[in-house]
Amino acid sequence: MDNITQKLMQKSESTKKDSLGKMISLAALILIVIVVVSIFAFVMSRGLSTFITGGVHVKDFLFGSTWNPSVVNPQTKQPYIGALPMIIGSFLVTFLAAIIATPFAIGTSLFMTEIAQKRGAKIMQPVIELLVGIPSVVYGFIGLTVVVPSIRHIFGGSGFGILSGTIVLFVMILPTITSMTVDTLKSVPRHYRESALAIGATRWQMIYKVVLRAATPGILTAIVFGMARAFGEALAVQMVIGNAALMPHNLISPASTLTSVLTMGIGNTVMGSLQNDVLWTLAMILLLMSLVFNLIVRAIGRKGEMK
Amino acid sequence: MSKSHRGAIVSTIVAVGIVAVFGTAYAARDKGATGTSITAVGSTALQPLVEAAGEEYAKANLGTFINVQGGGTGTGLSQVSQGAVDLGNSDVFAEEKEGINAKKLVDHQVAVVGIAPLLNKENGIKNLSTNQLKAIFTGKVTNWHQLGGKNQDIIIINRAAGSGTRATFEKWGLQGAQSIQAQEQDSSGMVRSIVATTPGAISYTAFGYIDKTVVAASVNNIQPTNKNVSDGKYPIWSYEHVYTNGEPSKPVAKFLNYLMSKDIQSTLVPKLGYISIHDMRITRQVDGKVVEK
Repeated sequence: MDNITQKLMQKSESTKKDSLGKMISLAALILIVIVVVSIFAFVMSRGLSTFITGGVHVKDFLFGSTWNPSVVNPQTKQPYIGALPMIIGSFLVTFLAAIIATPFAIGTSLFMTEIAQKRGAKIMQPVIELLVGIPSVVYGFIGLTVVVPSIRHIFGGSGFGILSGTIVLFVMILPTITSMTVDTLKSVPRHYRESALAIGATRWQMIYKVVLRAATPGILTAIVFGMARAFGEALAVQMVIGNAALMPHNLISPASTLTSVLTMGIGNTVMGSLQNDVLWTLAMILLLMSLVFNLIVRAIGRKGEMK
Repeated sequence: MSKSHRGAIVSTIVAVGIVAVFGTAYAARDKGATGTSITAVGSTALQPLVEAAGEEYAKANLGTFINVQGGGTGTGLSQVSQGAVDLGNSDVFAEEKEGINAKKLVDHQVAVVGIAPLLNKENGIKNLSTNQLKAIFTGKVTNWHQLGGKNQDIIIINRAAGSGTRATFEKWGLQGAQSIQAQEQDSSGMVRSIVATTPGAISYTAFGYIDKTVVAASVNNIQPTNKNVSDGKYPIWSYEHVYTNGEPSKPVAKFLNYLMSKDIQSTLVPKLGYISIHDMRITRQVDGKVVEK
């Protein structure tokens, strides 16, 4: 066998590198999958043990309105583990923050992409990126020293509550929604705009009949991402919401969210006890909700495209 | 076997290998290091004392490290009973915490902490009886004028359920009654600043957190002072416990002795707002029985 044949039969240097690269990335992928699967398994096994070994009914947990896991209800012989106040609190702050943030986010991003592109790129873009990077404890601290006293002055009471939580979350998710909306608006093809203007549309008609319509799925995705962030935010909300596991009667009375109850309680309970398990069940709900948010994003991406 | 399959298998082996390396590193942690290391976990109320004493101790005994972490009373008790840490700091007797097998644990009472009701300055109240405290925290009284104060709604601020401070306050200040659901905060500093700025607010903290911005109310006309606690007059206080799993090992016992030494108990303990265990003229058992020393 001559030299050339031998060379051709062997793996070349590049092929070896190619398969090595493939292997490294596959290994990274598998590691991530292992981590994700074990987190899921751990949270699930802990969370479900409330129902399996704790003997708690799922219905009582999801729809009960009294939360006091260390006290046993004398009638049913079960602890008070109604998580409804927290579930409602979480959804309330999330939706309210998203509802307030969305018009601001769309307005800002329209200004940046359609009206003042140069200034938008130069000033607004860095500002928004800076806001994304501010740690949540800073937002919480500002909420505690500025928002809560203002609410107390205006509405009375203690100032802690859903409203304060909404305001803090609104500021927190605004940059998230804005930057994603900007990306979507930028990706609307230029010839859409040109065609609209060519047939005599004003700039505003072009924006709301063509650009916004074409960008709707992207904007919805941005809003859902913002909501996912709001739903999972723990620290900033815990600092301003008051952490009372009560059904929210109005926006300025103390309430709580799934995350705030978790961070408050996890250090004060004993691993393996029911009080600890119910906290894991709350964590499980949070995990499932973030899964739901992800599914919504995918569904929007698949079905929402303009036809 | 196809090539892509082989690649997948090799990758899996690599991934498992990485996990195994981390695992081995975890299993072999600290073992190579010289010197001893004592880990304490638990109550955030006791943390400053053990931390400060640990630093002094490490200075005096080179090669010994005292690693102190917070996490809460529940964490401290469960970690020490699992044998995961050397010392478990707790604000309550292990017997009082659900889910803990107290028989295995050995109690070392290292200090005493008094807890005072905190009021906003504008409430117009300076003294509360335990019955009044109970009425406030169970929601029977909702306005300060019902107790002779200003016409101002009462705003209750609790510590997190299961926190040692709250457990002590409910047991001795509310005669064992549970507080109604109200807003909760997870640190004493936060509680104090909220009480100071919110008209109508009432809460409770350890004596160490009392300052001019708030009113520390007398209970049954007895001032919340260290002396009244050590004389047994003031009712709301608790031991700060350090638990070990079984009898402590030699280095741990040495550190515990250091914590109990006159030196620490007369300098660091009062400086950080605790009451020295040696000053107590009474002892109180788990069941609340008080005995003169």
